[in-house]
Amino acid sequence: MSSERKRHVIPGEVITSGPYRAEQNTVQVGENIVSTIVGLSDVHDGSVRVIPLTGGYVPKDDDLVIGKIVSHSSLSWTADINSCYVGMLPASDVFGRDYSSSSDDMTAKLAKGDLIAARIVNFDKTRDPLITISGRELGKIDSGELVKISPNKVPRLIGKRGSMIQMIESSTNSQVTIGQNGLLVVSSDDPNGLLKAIQAIELIEEQAHVANLTDQVKEMLESKSE
Amino acid sequence: MGGRDTDIVLLDENGIRCDGRKVNETRKVTIKAGVLKNANGSAYIEFGDNKILVGVYGPRDVHPKHMSDTDTGILRCRYHMAPFSVGERKNPAPSRREVEISKVIKEALEPAVMLKEFPRTAVDVYMEVLQADGGTRCAALTGASVALADAGIPMRDLVAGCAAGKAADAVILDVNNEEDQAGQADLPIGYMPNLKKITLLQLDGILTPEEYKQCIEIGIDGCNQVYEIQKKALQDKFFANGEKQ
Repeated sequence: MSSERKRHVIPGEVITSGPYRAEQNTVQVGENIVSTIVGLSDVHDGSVRVIPLTGGYVPKDDDLVIGKIVSHSSLSWTADINSCYVGMLPASDVFGRDYSSSSDDMTAKLAKGDLIAARIVNFDKTRDPLITISGRELGKIDSGELVKISPNKVPRLIGKRGSMIQMIESSTNSQVTIGQNGLLVVSSDDPNGLLKAIQAIELIEEQAHVANLTDQVKEMLESKSE
Repeated sequence: MGGRDTDIVLLDENGIRCDGRKVNETRKVTIKAGVLKNANGSAYIEFGDNKILVGVYGPRDVHPKHMSDTDTGILRCRYHMAPFSVGERKNPAPSRREVEISKVIKEALEPAVMLKEFPRTAVDVYMEVLQADGGTRCAALTGASVALADAGIPMRDLVAGCAAGKAADAVILDVNNEEDQAGQADLPIGYMPNLKKITLLQLDGILTPEEYKQCIEIGIDGCNQVYEIQKKALQDKFFANGEKQ
């Protein structure tokens, strides 16, 4: 199927009319499909969507997010995941099924202010998103630098099949954990590499709309590597 | 409302108004989106001599909790005039008029904003009038809808505001302070230009059915002109430097 060029749209702007499916960030108004957000329209295979350029993070099942523990009750922790909804981390996720609120000390495992890498298990807007920290690459984060970027720019930071982030990681000798919610943890044994990786991320955040950004980042990474 | 007595000539024999405009001409409107760092979305609008700053927060947690709605998000608006926005110092406490304008602006934005997408949350819109010169509710509404779009809140359409009215027995577009004080009628309109729907309509004064129809007609025309400026403000912020491939 033909795929039209991406176009800049603002809320209320008609993207196309005809037999298309209105998907992400669009609504059908009579014959027309209208954007609901500032972004780039994408008409592809009979469906229309708009890639947002602004806006907050809305949790999605299976997303990896980075959160900060804000409080806990006797049965669960709540974590700020940079969204309008807070993440719920049940105590049984950490202690196992035989968790008992009288014998297990929740603050010993995760205290207020701790950072966690978590995955969204279930979210449907009627309740706060359920998150888990059991799994590979998940759990409490002990070291690293926290960097915050706009959630809309995360795909740009990752690049096509991870090309951008791999380039940053390999040339600065650092590891970057990317949360889909726009929070990142950068860690490295080499302090210069850490600084350079953060600078590269900030450059991407600023220049996200520019074409051939990969070259620019590459240049920046190489320029200071002497 | 016969209008207050005044020395000002509201409309001269050549059809020119007290500030040099023609009857169907709006004041100069400029809008800048994204002027505040700490708000999720913001806009600064100059509508003639009106200067208004709008900040949008949200969607975010609702406090107090009992206001939250499990079916939909809620919209909260605060229209406020700074003490120095008018000639004589205005008491900064919310007046009866400000409460009313906050309410009508909220109701004018609600049909456009798709709050159902964010149940149990609130979107807060703060409109601060820095300088007032008649027609602030339309200007604040116009700025608020740009700020909402800047915040990335899904909307069916932008809402543009512009008033029509009657002064010196002529139907005029975009009533300014003098014309509001000494004129015969003021009819603010909020309008969604793509959906072609009116979201705000108030009338202060007396109009004949014919004048009323005429006012609506030129008012909508004014809203369409304002809409083009809103569009440009958003394009300038998001698409100005460099194209994405």
